[in-house]
Amino acid sequence: MSDITLDSKSPSGPIQDRWTNHKFSVKLVNPANKRKFDIIVVGTGLAGASAAATLGGLGYNVKAFTFHDTPRRAHSIAAQGGINAAKNYHGDGDSIYRLFYDTVKGGDYRARESNVYRLAQVSVDIIDQCVAQGVPFAREYGGLLDNRSFGGAQVSRTFYAAGQTGQQLLLGAYSALAQQVHKGTVELHTRSEMLDLVVVDGQTAGIVVRDLITGEVTSHSAHAVVLATGGYGNVFYLSTNAMACNVTAAWRAHRRGALFANPCYMQIHPTCIPSSDDFQSKLTLMSESLRNDGRIWVPNNPDDTRGADQIPEGERDYYLERKYPSFGNLVPRDVASRNAKTVVDAGKGIGPLKNGVYLDFSSSLLRLGRDVVKERYDNLFEMYERITGEDPFKTPMRIYPAVHYTMGGLWVDYNLMTNIPGCYSMGEANFSDHGANRLGASALMQGLADGYFVLPYTIGDYLAPQLNQKPVPTDHPAFKAAEAAVRDQNARYLGVKGKYSVDHFHRELGKIMWDYCGMERTEAGLNKALAEIPALYTEFKKDVKVLGDDQSVNQSLERAGRVDDFFQLGYLMCQDALHREESCGGHFRAEHQTDDGEAQRDDENFSYVGAWGFNHAVADGTLHKEPLSFEYCKPSQRSYK
Amino acid sequence: MTATMNRPLGEPGASRPKPVHVSKTINLTLKVWRQKGPKDTGRFETYKAEGISEDMSFLEMLDVINERLLAENKEPITFDHDCREGICGSCSLMINGIPHGPETATATCQLHMRKFHDGQEVVVEPFRATSFPIVKDLMVDRSAFDRIVEAGGYITVFPGSAPDANLIPVPKPVADAAFIAAACIGCGACVAACPNGAANLFTAAKIGHMNLLPQGQAERYARTEAMVDTMEKFFGSCTNHGECQEACPKEISIDYIALMNKDYLRSKLKNRRYLSRKP
Ligand SMILES: Cc1cc2nc3c(=O)[nH]c(=O)nc-3n(C[C@H](O)[C@H](O)[C@H](O)COP(=O)(O)OP(=O)(O)OC[C@H]3O[C@@H](n4cnc5c(N)ncnc54)[C@H](O)[C@@H]3O)c2cc1C
Ligand code: SF4
Ligand code: FES
Repeated sequence: MSDITLDSKSPSGPIQDRWTNHKFSVKLVNPANKRKFDIIVVGTGLAGASAAATLGGLGYNVKAFTFHDTPRRAHSIAAQGGINAAKNYHGDGDSIYRLFYDTVKGGDYRARESNVYRLAQVSVDIIDQCVAQGVPFAREYGGLLDNRSFGGAQVSRTFYAAGQTGQQLLLGAYSALAQQVHKGTVELHTRSEMLDLVVVDGQTAGIVVRDLITGEVTSHSAHAVVLATGGYGNVFYLSTNAMACNVTAAWRAHRRGALFANPCYMQIHPTCIPSSDDFQSKLTLMSESLRNDGRIWVPNNPDDTRGADQIPEGERDYYLERKYPSFGNLVPRDVASRNAKTVVDAGKGIGPLKNGVYLDFSSSLLRLGRDVVKERYDNLFEMYERITGEDPFKTPMRIYPAVHYTMGGLWVDYNLMTNIPGCYSMGEANFSDHGANRLGASALMQGLADGYFVLPYTIGDYLAPQLNQKPVPTDHPAFKAAEAAVRDQNARYLGVKGKYSVDHFHRELGKIMWDYCGMERTEAGLNKALAEIPALYTEFKKDVKVLGDDQSVNQSLERAGRVDDFFQLGYLMCQDALHREESCGGHFRAEHQTDDGEAQRDDENFSYVGAWGFNHAVADGTLHKEPLSFEYCKPSQRSYK
Repeated sequence: MTATMNRPLGEPGASRPKPVHVSKTINLTLKVWRQKGPKDTGRFETYKAEGISEDMSFLEMLDVINERLLAENKEPITFDHDCREGICGSCSLMINGIPHGPETATATCQLHMRKFHDGQEVVVEPFRATSFPIVKDLMVDRSAFDRIVEAGGYITVFPGSAPDANLIPVPKPVADAAFIAAACIGCGACVAACPNGAANLFTAAKIGHMNLLPQGQAERYARTEAMVDTMEKFFGSCTNHGECQEACPKEISIDYIALMNKDYLRSKLKNRRYLSRKP
């Protein structure tokens, strides 16, 4: 692959002026000319729906695509905790600068300062926009907006709507989109899955889409394509993501030349309900707030078969309190997660499958009384009981970490454009803003920042010079070839007639990923995964069984394509994790830890974005580096002792 | 990518804890609606669901059945689902004649098999309503809901033009009531439960959310008229059976329907008066 120079287009000058100056310097498309431009938005989650609505409102001709039956089903709907914004409504010393600083530090100094500062700046506009739209955020008795502190933040900057913040924000963005659909500025294609990006003469020309109801494969051309297709946590099979989340749109763009940045950066959430059997289909997140009043422990003796209440205090190991006396059960997500893995790997896991640790409320029940605990956590206790059949008032909860969010994604510059001219990426699908670790309540903020406030303005810079140019027609050979490739691929899956289901292979891939590229990674383990994934992938291609046809709804066929891409992505993740000889944020290499077992960064050698190119010949990626510099936030080491 | 397999399929990985306990299982007889497409007449097929763990969710049970069907070279059952946490509104299903099954305030994806007993017969059908045509097996087309929202389920505001969020205080009880309505997941159980196939609970929830808030006042009557009229184009009429609120996984009350009806009557007056003033 020819050498690619990664120009972040990051503006220079004082950080607080960069976005304003940049907006002034980008080219504009005059209002009367906007309708002459066609823009395709793939994905109608928070990022995609907000962008499509805004672009439509500005007057562009927008086509939006989602594989869901309606935009309101996107995975964004499931976000619980809240959305950050530097409003400082509580007068507790928050500011744009503090949110910027916390985000760069939380990301373990692996994000671009310019992007993060802009994110913190527009965070305040997001809240204004959402409230005006009717998002029913929680309020105080005086009628003003309530805030809470979230994920260990020192200030209260998180806006929330009960435990359903994502739902309310998505319904807001969806309502704005629905209005544009009604006006005719946005043409919405539901149950339509993008299966290829078409690039002609180095520029984005459009996409190829399969209608999931009829199986029809069609081409759509546009001046620009925006991918807002979410994260790839489901490469692990079990995660807190919705079942249909996948990497296909981003991966197919990657195969057409878009670089994939920091694929190994993913976030594990410490408090999820452990799986109960091999047919477990997904993991349910229990809010992190539970750690405020629950104590985490395992029995000292791995062979202890007694119930939790039968095990005396002296025979319990409250391992977080023991190892981190000052933070105790409130250590950050990654530290809590890794320690849970250590005790479970040591055979001390609890529950029927010995795959969890206790989160025990008994001392809080004694200290605070049942009523207070009930008021704080009632809905969570109820949800837990619904799933496990156990009452947390009587027996401790069983929890275990699970894959939750992926910081890596398509490489984009400051304008959110990938390295393919005219192809953009937003939301969880891109790699920007969170570095090696995302702060709680910041993903919703980023999705809406990108969609409402960033992309609709930066896209003009690319479009303006193309005034009066027609998009490449869809009968161009490049479109026809891409359509044929999609049909061929589906015919191939249907033709294998092997022994095992798609889910079977997905589950096995997930196990490899979780064991060797999960919470803790080692050189030996990653090498093992790099050997096992291709072997399993070969089996998949030889032995997958997909029944039915490709002219009607065929959910196994849809999944076959997605799992195929997960195999390739999984391989790249391991490669990235192996090459990054340091520990940072969600990436923990056992070889690189301090004497206390904390993550040890190597700023001298790894202070860069690792952006991988797709290499058709050997499937190994080619690495390109975008160096990171820190003018404002000086890197330091974390400690929670 | 070349390498040999060094681990047989299905064997747990190195650090995977080994099971020491098997959860309690039950045996069921399933009667599942199978229909190849919109034009097919469809029929029930009977499947033995044996050795079903009580810890499974209803949809995980269907996953298991699908794996078994596949092994017998039979096409898996098609059904909609995604979040499996009761929030996206994708899942549906009539389970023994009840939308989302027997458990109150629970979407199908959150229903667990411990709520069924050994030897039970379970009938699984799609949501049945004229306005929700069957796509395949248990999957239906609920897009008529989107038409209702498109007609007026929004508050017009362009990004960048909104005033500071704390400029308009909203009394907490009002904010809470709006939130309760806004919690609707758009699943369509209310329509499936209604003998007339009416969508009044869904529409009322949407309207209630926005009409209660101060931000929603400017478009209140235009919104109500447009949404109700669109609803009537697609769905049956409400005759106050109240089955909808029983079926609603989010327990949305029919009081919101009363609120909608009141606003609809007023909208007829207000909108007409407004129109008559136009030149
Ligand atoms: C359980 C849970 C709780 C969370 N809680 C929080 C929280 O409290 N705060 C927070 O900030 N973040 C939270 N997050 C993270 C956050 O929800 C997500 O990162 C964010 O919503 C992603 O939004 P998105 O718009 O980028 O993608 P998504 O919402 O995933 O949307 C993706 C869209 O792309 C479409 N799509 C994908 N591929 C294709 C294709 N090939 N063709 C056509 N369409 C396609 C889908 O149909 C969908 O419309 C949580 C995540 C989880 C899992
Ligand atoms: S009102 Fe209730 S039953 Fe009807 S769509 Fe909404 S959540 Fe579903
Ligand atoms: S699958 Fe999302 S609500 Fe049931």
